[in-house]
Amino acid sequence: MKVNVKVWRQENKDAQGRFETYEVVNLIPEMSFLEMLDTLNEQLLKRGERPVEFDSDCREGICGTCGLVIDGMAHGPKRACTTCELRMRNFNDGSTITVEPFRAQGFPVLRDLVVDRSAFDRIISAGGYVSVNSGSAPDANAIPIPKDIAERAMDSAACIGCGACVAACPNASASLFVGAKITQFSLLPQGQAERHKRAVRMIETMDNEGFGNCSNHAECEAACPKNISIDNIARMRREYMKGSLKAV
Amino acid sequence: MIADKSILDSKIPEGPIQEKWANHKASVKLVNPANKRKYTVIVVGTGLAGGAAAATMGELGYNVLNFCIQDSPRRAHSVAAQGGINAAKNYQNDGDSAWRLFYDTIKGGDYRAREANVYRLAELSTSIIDQSVAAGVPFAREYGGTLANRSFGGAQVSRTFYARGQTGQQLLLGAYSALMRQVDSGRVKLFPRREMLDVVKVEGRARGIVCRNLVTGELEKYAADAVCVATGGYSTVFFLSTMAVNCNATAIWRCYKQGALFGNPCFTQIHPTCLPQAGDDQSKLTLMSESLRNDGRVWVPKKKKDDRRPQDIPEDERDYFLERKYPAFGNLAPRDISSRAAKEVCDAGYGVGPTGFSVYLDFGEAIGRLGENVIRERYGNLFSMYHEITDENPYEQPMRIYPAPHYTMGGLWVDYNLMTTIPGLYALGEANFSDHGANRLGASALMQGLADGYFVIPSTISDFLAEHRPDGLNTTHEAFTEIEQKVADQTKQLLGINGSKTVREYHWELGRIMWERVGMARNDEGLKKAITDIQALRTDYWKNVKVGGEGQELNKNLEFAGRVADFLELGELMARDALTREESCGGHFREEHQTDDGEAKRDDERFCHVAAWEYKGDNETPARHEENLTFDNAKLTQRSYK
Ligand SMILES: Cc1cc2nc3c(=O)[nH]c(=O)nc-3n(C[C@H](O)[C@H](O)[C@H](O)COP(=O)(O)OP(=O)(O)OC[C@H]3O[C@@H](n4cnc5c(N)ncnc54)[C@H](O)[C@@H]3O)c2cc1C
Ligand code: SF4
Ligand code: FES
Repeated sequence: MKVNVKVWRQENKDAQGRFETYEVVNLIPEMSFLEMLDTLNEQLLKRGERPVEFDSDCREGICGTCGLVIDGMAHGPKRACTTCELRMRNFNDGSTITVEPFRAQGFPVLRDLVVDRSAFDRIISAGGYVSVNSGSAPDANAIPIPKDIAERAMDSAACIGCGACVAACPNASASLFVGAKITQFSLLPQGQAERHKRAVRMIETMDNEGFGNCSNHAECEAACPKNISIDNIARMRREYMKGSLKAV
Repeated sequence: MIADKSILDSKIPEGPIQEKWANHKASVKLVNPANKRKYTVIVVGTGLAGGAAAATMGELGYNVLNFCIQDSPRRAHSVAAQGGINAAKNYQNDGDSAWRLFYDTIKGGDYRAREANVYRLAELSTSIIDQSVAAGVPFAREYGGTLANRSFGGAQVSRTFYARGQTGQQLLLGAYSALMRQVDSGRVKLFPRREMLDVVKVEGRARGIVCRNLVTGELEKYAADAVCVATGGYSTVFFLSTMAVNCNATAIWRCYKQGALFGNPCFTQIHPTCLPQAGDDQSKLTLMSESLRNDGRVWVPKKKKDDRRPQDIPEDERDYFLERKYPAFGNLAPRDISSRAAKEVCDAGYGVGPTGFSVYLDFGEAIGRLGENVIRERYGNLFSMYHEITDENPYEQPMRIYPAPHYTMGGLWVDYNLMTTIPGLYALGEANFSDHGANRLGASALMQGLADGYFVIPSTISDFLAEHRPDGLNTTHEAFTEIEQKVADQTKQLLGINGSKTVREYHWELGRIMWERVGMARNDEGLKKAITDIQALRTDYWKNVKVGGEGQELNKNLEFAGRVADFLELGELMARDALTREESCGGHFREEHQTDDGEAKRDDERFCHVAAWEYKGDNETPARHEENLTFDNAKLTQRSYK
């Protein structure tokens, strides 16, 4: 099969970007979307042109490195699927596909489709942890955790930090990402001691990093490759409320 | 083969195996807590090994600089581990103990690992679980709230802890959160999107690194009192593997070229349960966790080239070849054995799928026995991943799997303290050669990475640092300028060739050579040919590769070009190591050395040792050193899983 890709090209952070359209041939439906871009890049290199820069690593949907806006949708048309897991069989032969970076004030473009998501690390460093030094932990079975609680914590912990929720949100809010982390720790006994301070600090950092507020569009949930539920945002709000009351 | 023991002092502590680590910890020199912040330690890598090491050394008060290639430390390839992590907790009361885990690991590695290291690993395994749970890792649990376990390839007890099919992700996020806490406290400074391109030595001792800022393309220099590389494995030398596309050997390879010995480079693991290849432009192979073999049964049709749908093939016309050949372990036989068995049936014409190079992994019986819900709970995300990639529903028809390169037991040679042969240079996690011998058992790499990072290095490094006080050395020292120039020259050279073949084309060709001749089955003739073919490919690379773009900018193709240049050298060393090891052991299968029924046949007389290679210069034959292995606790026997 073949497709036309209309790709965002931008030399660096400060440059003006533009779309370029390329034809990519010799594709097979089993191929992943990123393998299609690999094929495009091989073609560009052979012609002496600059390949399209994009991030990826594990290519199996777990590291959260990849992330493109494909035909206007973060991670493309398929639900619960990262860009790297998306297969070409989801596109029609001969179609034109628009490819853009994740756009948000908090994620500046570095080059072409590569963006800077380091704001997420700064949010985690503002309390997205349990304070326990190596070697000082009690026996792992000392505190039983009911299975359903562990499972719910795991549902939230499954977030891969890709940022699609931000890219999909009309306000570029990072609430789903932040809510998932706050929820994970608020459910577990290990997370209780720092529970409220954590919520307040993480949310304040999110705001300071230039992410918008959540106004319940739920676009994040629809774009999330790991099915993180917006219930996490509701819980985050409650944690924040309790935390800010305590602070007074 | 000259055994030069003087440079290979493993520094194994005296005493009975159960007491070595405790005694050693009690005897290492300590750095006064108030002085720790005056020491700078570089940690390259943020996977389980690097992330845990950086976090823990930060907690102890050292000034830590932590580097990684990805945009965030949380994306290190440890994140992709699916199945689980071993620990001798004996929570299931099925007779497990540190001793048994030690024994299984030594045997699984086919008696080519150091006893003392493996015992320490088994001993530390329990603390890893405690640490991870305390950090908020949501491991699977029983209804009563206690931790759940499953069994994993090559073990007869249930000692594997897991978090759905995302154990690596959850453990890494645990280490990452500990790391980010130290970043918050200011003790760890993070340097993401950096690639270490060389180590800097001053008076023979590792004192820093040169790396490329992958956003600006600038070269950056960092000085320290010690350097730890935890840069992961090098299966990507095969081009197609289960590793992430950025996994590389560059950091450890450049350390090797600066004098660190490389241990057992040919010991690679080919994992039995991966998705078969679908096309030539494929960029990687996807692993289906081995935990699937707990409930899935592996089979091929008894008739060659049987093209009936699997559902239509009656029970008695199926060959459950693992259960048939290894009745005691069945579908849970170790990886090397299961992979070779699959290759054999496919080579003999019984393979299934479009290419004939795959075998079935069938859940029909388990779904019948346990119900679809139980299977969904255990493996849901793996099943949906499979469905997504292949467009086939594994709840309805068996999966198709085939072996793929997955893990490298080889790596930088280290002593008991994890120090390489360059003083002050340490190697942790998959980047070192230490604990898995000739074959790694499932669920033990996560264990090793975290043991090295959380518990071993924080203890052993103080022994060195206490003896080497901070001396104010910084990057203005000429050794840094020299290495920076060397790295800059290589970049310039790569960009200047401007030939006609792409980096990827070379990598693909190297991968073919490695897979065909240095893969699952090796022989004298093939290995010799691999060496000359790789040499020719390398020569051609430096004449005809096309990289494109500039050095001073974000240029991923240039990053790959440097990595492939190193693979083209490493591949040759792997072949050389495989050629000189004239025995079969674990994942290293020399066709000339097999038992009557086709199993790996060791030669303990001649090869009960670690081969450690010393770089002697470009186009010079490297020197092979031997570290003899002694087995005072485990009994050297022919491995049997029948
Ligand atoms: C698909 C898959 C599934 C697996 N499943 C399991 C399992 O279930 N159980 C188990 O025990 N093991 C499993 N393993 C093996 C295990 O995951 C790895 O061996 C282990 O996680 C390696 O950890 P590490 O910290 O040594 O390296 P990695 O996690 O690979 O980290 C390497 C780090 O080094 C950095 N780095 C690399 N090169 C450079 C450079 N030149 N400059 C700067 N930084 C660099 C990277 O950015 C990264 O941060 C699996 C492996 C794979 C591939
Ligand atoms: S919540 Fe979902 S979309 Fe947002 S970062 Fe996590 S995995 Fe990605
Ligand atoms: S590349 Fe890892 S999630 Fe897509």
